[in-house]
Amino acid sequence: MTEKKIRVLVAKPGLDGHDRGAKVVARALRDAGMEVIYTGLRQTPEMIAEAALQEDVDVVGLSILSGAHMALAPRVLELLKANGQERVKVFLGGIVPDEDVPALKQMGVTGIYGPGASTEDIIREVRESVKG
Amino acid sequence: MTLSQSVLQGDRLALARLLTQVENDSAEGRAALAELFPHTGKTHLIGVTGAPGTGKSSLVNQLALHFRREGKRVAILAVDPSSPFTGGAVLGDRVRMRDLAGDAGVFIRSMATRGSLGGLAQATAAMTQVFDAAGFDVTLIETVGAGQSEVDIARLASTTLVVEAPGLGDDIQAIKAGILEIADVLVINKADRPGVENTEKALKSMLELAHPTRHVFLHHGRVETNGAFARSAKSPTLHPMSETLESGKMWLPPIQRTVAVEGQGIAELAAHIAEHAEHLRASGDWAARERARLGSEMEALLREALMARFRAEVPNGKFESTLKNVYERSLSPWEAVKLLLNGRQK
Repeated sequence: MTEKKIRVLVAKPGLDGHDRGAKVVARALRDAGMEVIYTGLRQTPEMIAEAALQEDVDVVGLSILSGAHMALAPRVLELLKANGQERVKVFLGGIVPDEDVPALKQMGVTGIYGPGASTEDIIREVRESVKG
Repeated sequence: MTLSQSVLQGDRLALARLLTQVENDSAEGRAALAELFPHTGKTHLIGVTGAPGTGKSSLVNQLALHFRREGKRVAILAVDPSSPFTGGAVLGDRVRMRDLAGDAGVFIRSMATRGSLGGLAQATAAMTQVFDAAGFDVTLIETVGAGQSEVDIARLASTTLVVEAPGLGDDIQAIKAGILEIADVLVINKADRPGVENTEKALKSMLELAHPTRHVFLHHGRVETNGAFARSAKSPTLHPMSETLESGKMWLPPIQRTVAVEGQGIAELAAHIAEHAEHLRASGDWAARERARLGSEMEALLREALMARFRAEVPNGKFESTLKNVYERSLSPWEAVKLLLNGRQK
């Protein structure tokens, strides 16, 4: 019998075109033994929620560098819930000002990682969020 | 309501969850597969294979758009490799399939090979059965772009597309056994690139060298000689391109040029696929392929179950101690197997 793999969707909502961070995280999670579905640039929250459903992922990682995280993150959470995927954990990477962090955590974002965040922290916290 | 009942009623979340259960080979997944099995046998399984970078994902994207315009419901199973070291994977085929987002008539699932070779994962066949039962008219399977020995797909699919691109190999590559042999339709993608004439020439000469062979994979290397094959096998000296070959009996793989990113050649490719399906039905090969597929699936499951039973019945350590004798060259592997099997019967 195959062990249960952690499946993660790494997605980039919004219009900025910088996906290096998303790719670094995708690669790190892969090296940690997870299956990472990478969707590419310029995804709408609707596209992300749909992909999360079809792929039956445990975790969604959003990369947002445009500053629109206070609009995009809650929208993704809302759509996941509407699809019956409220158990899916969402983490966020990108440029997020400190004052937005409490509100995002309040919404249910499990982790927020800015520039210089260690991939080891991300891997550990993704594993923990799936267990919990 | 069970998961399989929800799947039959078109619940997409249930479908996604069942695919996970089947992929993980869980007891729940196996039970659901058994319930769904009577509902299978309707979808057209189309395999898409070829070297990395030939444009398989873009082609699958365009074919799916085409089938949607025909009103068909389309499932896509995209296989990418797992790392042999960490077991992790990055599954990136969706990047090229964004045109299909937001369409409830399409369902895309990515899967990792999880250690299996041959271009597909262990659970790929079972997952196509779930899509089949869920009522998708077409199931496109995109294999890992592994290269020359990726022939599992031909065992699974009813129609296999082999995708080439200009500049990837010479005519010796084309006459090697393996990947080109399994093609029902040959696609030269990126046909706007230089070298497309040479690629087409190489593929054409490969087809002319070959005598038409019936593409039904059978286990134990047996060849089925009933139906259409028996009739046309009476005239094996006919040139494959000859008009006098009983028409409709043998399928000669057409070569189709496409430029997937621009949608060129897609309608023609879809027409070849439809012709191939028609040919399979008319010649009886559709059913023959189905039987071969189910036969090899059952055999694989039986092998797995027998192995599990054997390992459960052999006393702990017996296997290892026998293996140690083989390491020391005091016992040949064949003698070891005999010993282990006889030991079990005592």
